[in-house]
Amino acid sequence: MQRTSDQASDIKRWGAGALVFAALAVVGGMSNAYVISLLTIVLLFTFMGQSWNLMLGIGGQLSIGHALFVGIGAYAVAILNIKYGVTPWIGLLLGAVIAGFVGAVLAWLSFRFEVRGIYFALLTIAAAEFARIMFGGWDYVGGMQGLFYQAPSSAIDLGMLRGDARFYYFVALALAAIGVAGTELISRSYWGYVWRAMRDDDEAARALGVRTFRHKVLVVSISAATAAIGGGVLGLVQGAIFPDSIMGMAISVDVLIGPVVGGLGTAFGPLVGSMAAIPLHHAMGALGDALGLPGLNSVAYGAVLILVVWFLPDGIWPSIVRLYGAIQLPARGPIPQLRKVEE
Amino acid sequence: MTALLEVKNLTRAFVGLVAVNDVSFSLQAGRITALIGPNGAGKTTCFNLVAGALRPTAGQVLFEGRSLEREPPEAVCRMGIARTFQIVRPMKDMSVLENAMVGAFSWTTNVKEARDKAYESLDNVGLAGKANARTDQLTLPDRKMLEMAKALSTRPKLLLLDEVMAGLRPTEAAGVVGVLHRLAEGGLTILLVEHVMRIVMEVASTVVVLHHGAKIAEGKPSEVVADPAVLESYLGAGFHA
Ligand SMILES: Nc1ncnc2c1ncn2[C@@H]1O[C@H](COP(=O)(O)OP(=O)(O)O)[C@@H](O)[C@H]1O
Ligand SMILES: [Mg+2]
Repeated sequence: MQRTSDQASDIKRWGAGALVFAALAVVGGMSNAYVISLLTIVLLFTFMGQSWNLMLGIGGQLSIGHALFVGIGAYAVAILNIKYGVTPWIGLLLGAVIAGFVGAVLAWLSFRFEVRGIYFALLTIAAAEFARIMFGGWDYVGGMQGLFYQAPSSAIDLGMLRGDARFYYFVALALAAIGVAGTELISRSYWGYVWRAMRDDDEAARALGVRTFRHKVLVVSISAATAAIGGGVLGLVQGAIFPDSIMGMAISVDVLIGPVVGGLGTAFGPLVGSMAAIPLHHAMGALGDALGLPGLNSVAYGAVLILVVWFLPDGIWPSIVRLYGAIQLPARGPIPQLRKVEE
Repeated sequence: MTALLEVKNLTRAFVGLVAVNDVSFSLQAGRITALIGPNGAGKTTCFNLVAGALRPTAGQVLFEGRSLEREPPEAVCRMGIARTFQIVRPMKDMSVLENAMVGAFSWTTNVKEARDKAYESLDNVGLAGKANARTDQLTLPDRKMLEMAKALSTRPKLLLLDEVMAGLRPTEAAGVVGVLHRLAEGGLTILLVEHVMRIVMEVASTVVVLHHGAKIAEGKPSEVVADPAVLESYLGAGFHA
């Protein structure tokens, strides 16, 4: 009995997800250039938010320096493409491998020497800042002047991953869909179970045979690799990369705001959160410019964060789910009060 | 008869006190042994030493002839020793079923296999009907049973139970006693910490008594309860049976 109800809710959940993304595809076909480019950024940060969410929401490891991995991805794609004409597909792959390696080394060293929790998070910031300064002083990659892509020659060139704004919208949409589905799948896989166990109680998980050390290294590495893919595409979309923007603290914040606002550890949370927070950020930035109040966007970010933490500590998405009860909270397992226990 | 677990001269000192002091005992395969003693006697510390959660200051722990003192808890678990925590530790954002699945991932990576094992473990402790509940919806006795189900999912050869029946009503405790007997008949070796002497008499074939970290008695339950040293440790100096 329980299993059929699981299957039914599985179908509902995946169906709901497919509907949302179908609707977003329609939006991409209809909207104007401004909306499209804004939503492209939202969707890219949904994807990168998923990578961050995997690490904290499921694996229990906090990073506030995800810009490091985003930047590695962006530079890998840009260097190969701009300097050597290599397709971004290769750059994305290489960037993911390098970032995955860097993430694994960072995690390995920290956890080996018992640097955990908030101290590990501080280390991620330090690493990101170190990389930003290093890239800024590195002439081969353009230093502070950055790297510029040539303008795309056609509306769609899938082989070179170049195209117009609408093309990138659909690339970002595909990534976001992969992120949501991937989170859902991973969360219900062997990895998902042992990661959530070590997130909830490291010592109890170890007592049940979970080799938490290697799993922490693994989750950080996978998170880093996927963030790098998002960063590679972000660089292409923006047409240029600079160390201060692509590896700056602001990127790390943009990456985590979606899942924090939307709902940590959930498959849909980062999408909902990015949809809410990033357009607000842009709108407040524009308003701030118009009113001569720079920093209004940061104040808005802070306000949203405080409001969410205060009123919806689990994030927006779980609150919606609880309200409607039809869809389950995906990555955190069933919400039993909404569900009859059948025997 | 071979010993599954051998504890030799086990000692653990904390700052200012020796919580476990030169304790030796061995567990026979397929038997239920009770570890008893007043609060603070060192029973939980003993469990932590065997399970790899604490390093001994001195002494040895041999499981199937292999030395365990340097192994981390996850390795000890994978060798076949599962433990419950006296203060229950459910994974709070996972359902009851998911909690019970975790242990199964110590021997399989197949989710369906883990789920089947989890249902079996939950069934063993009478929690199958609450598989989809959240752990904070469980009563304390149920949480204790969940601790046991989590441990059972690891397919242990030796199960360490730290006060799993504390707080249970007599009828509930009787149910657990039945479960323990069934598990032992199935070949599982059990070491349990338990306070209620009536239950100890009922389940254990051997009793080890700790007091101030030292072993003061060991034997059949009926012998141990008649031991003046044991009575004294429980009821205070000056008491003589
Ligand atoms: N981590 C620790 N640090 C210091 N003292 C401890 C620690 N763990 C236990 N103790 C002390 O060791 C003694 C034995 O504790 P414990 O093994 O929990 O006893 P029991 O389980 O028999 O009640 C107690 O005096 C306790 O305060
Ligand atoms: Mg104790």
